[in-house]
Amino acid sequence: MAEVHPAVKKLEAKFPASILEVTTFRGEVNITVPKKDLFEICRFLYAEPDLQYHMLTDLCGVDYFPQVPRFEVVYLLYSFKSNSRLRLKTKIGEGESMPSVESIWKAANWLEREVYDLYGITFENHPDLRRILLWDGYEGHPLRKDFPVEGPDFDKPFVPEV
Amino acid sequence: MAETRFMTINMGPQHPATHGVLRLVLELDGEIIVKATPHIGHLHRGVEKLAESRTYHQVIPLTDRLDYTNAMGNNLAYVLAVEKLLGIEVPKRAQYLRVMMAELQRLAAHLIWLGTHALDIGAMTLLFYNFREREDILRIFEEVAGGRLTPTYLRIGGVAKDLPEGIDKKIKDFVDAFPGHMKEYETLLTKNVIWLKRTKEVGIISKEDAINWGVTGPTLRGSGVKWDVRKVFPYSSYEDFEFDIPTGTVGDVYDRYYVRLREMEWSNAIVRQALDRLPKGPILADDPRVVLPPKEMVLTDIASLIRQFKIASEGFQPPKGEVYASVEAAKGELGFYLVSDGSNKPLRMRIRPPSFLNLSALPKMIEGSLIADVIATIGSIDIVLGEIDR
Repeated sequence: MAEVHPAVKKLEAKFPASILEVTTFRGEVNITVPKKDLFEICRFLYAEPDLQYHMLTDLCGVDYFPQVPRFEVVYLLYSFKSNSRLRLKTKIGEGESMPSVESIWKAANWLEREVYDLYGITFENHPDLRRILLWDGYEGHPLRKDFPVEGPDFDKPFVPEV
Repeated sequence: MAETRFMTINMGPQHPATHGVLRLVLELDGEIIVKATPHIGHLHRGVEKLAESRTYHQVIPLTDRLDYTNAMGNNLAYVLAVEKLLGIEVPKRAQYLRVMMAELQRLAAHLIWLGTHALDIGAMTLLFYNFREREDILRIFEEVAGGRLTPTYLRIGGVAKDLPEGIDKKIKDFVDAFPGHMKEYETLLTKNVIWLKRTKEVGIISKEDAINWGVTGPTLRGSGVKWDVRKVFPYSSYEDFEFDIPTGTVGDVYDRYYVRLREMEWSNAIVRQALDRLPKGPILADDPRVVLPPKEMVLTDIASLIRQFKIASEGFQPPKGEVYASVEAAKGELGFYLVSDGSNKPLRMRIRPPSFLNLSALPKMIEGSLIADVIATIGSIDIVLGEIDR
């Protein structure tokens, strides 16, 4: 394996108990961290002068149904300083909620709303957690693996608020 | 004491200046915007869900329909992700063809933006000029790929077909004529007093805010951040080409306009370089797992026929893993995050849409400004709802 990613070294020194797994595939580093430390780790990655992961490039959910826990929330960070990307992943089960990183990166505002909309994962301390792509009153979360691709339309029409 | 009440105005979803079906709810104090709330999703087609039930090849046409002004760029981002997952190398000629098409497409996308953006602000003439040049590009695409708006030209491992006879002259003519057209556009706008009044110091977003909101592309560069995926993570041989990254200073509508114009000049230069240096050789990777055999082989050789049938019906099985690949699309960083479980369909295909994040910063840009500036600002961040709603 090539040399260890500098952020991984820093994280292992700072949060020794929280780095559950580090994998590298096609040169991309994936770090799995527990939910309870996610926010602190994000804040550390953002603020640490040597790292400065100032951009949240992407935040999305993945459904590994029928595995338990079924969901993974994936954070893709980018640092202008070191021109590097880093992927953080957290596994969570159905009905659990995630800490919101909106207070660190404003970009998370809509991205978390989208994950909530399509997977039904809630985010604590999010300022405005509403559905974003689908309408209010929609039932179900379409990107879940147990949501059918085809089927009869359900009879809950979109009624805009006036 | 009279009580203060704000007026709520609903803009869209059907409004010519929202460039698609975007609905904005604006709370106004007189003419000043107190709060802006974008509502999106009217064009949601569930592309990410659809992709999970399609083989890797079958996803390519879906990507054309994301940002429908930038189909080649979307194709490119997707095939780069799949190629990264598979670990295949694309022949040099195909890489150059991809660059050439992606840059022509960027020109076409920016031409639509320029025409419609100017039209929104009241400069109508430009639209006719821009669509005239865009038509030339679409004619080139039609000859090269067979499609105009949704060419689906790229394939996993290369491109669909080589350049047809005589097209290089047409591309060369276009590239030679384009700087002259640029002059026409600039004469109409760059120093036009009305244009300056409408765009200078309007819809400002600072460097720090732009980064924090995840803004990319010309909108980020307009705020003065010299950042372009083509330079920081070169893909498809972009490191072979000479070009610069134009940036703005203030981060207002005018800066974004200026950055895009300079970007068009560089795109034109890249197309010229790609055409001049186009290497000879194959246009598809030599990887029988993924690439369809040539048609004449299919018709004469039973093994090729079987291979064609297998690839077309079952697809291929990439290794288990996850990759992210991104390109500098016309609107910003367009990325594809693919998770493979080793089967012939992606377990998850996440699209990182640039317009989605750029639009999320819109309230930041317009709150506190006049309602008339909303139109200018929306035009300047150049959103396409097909990509935002997916």
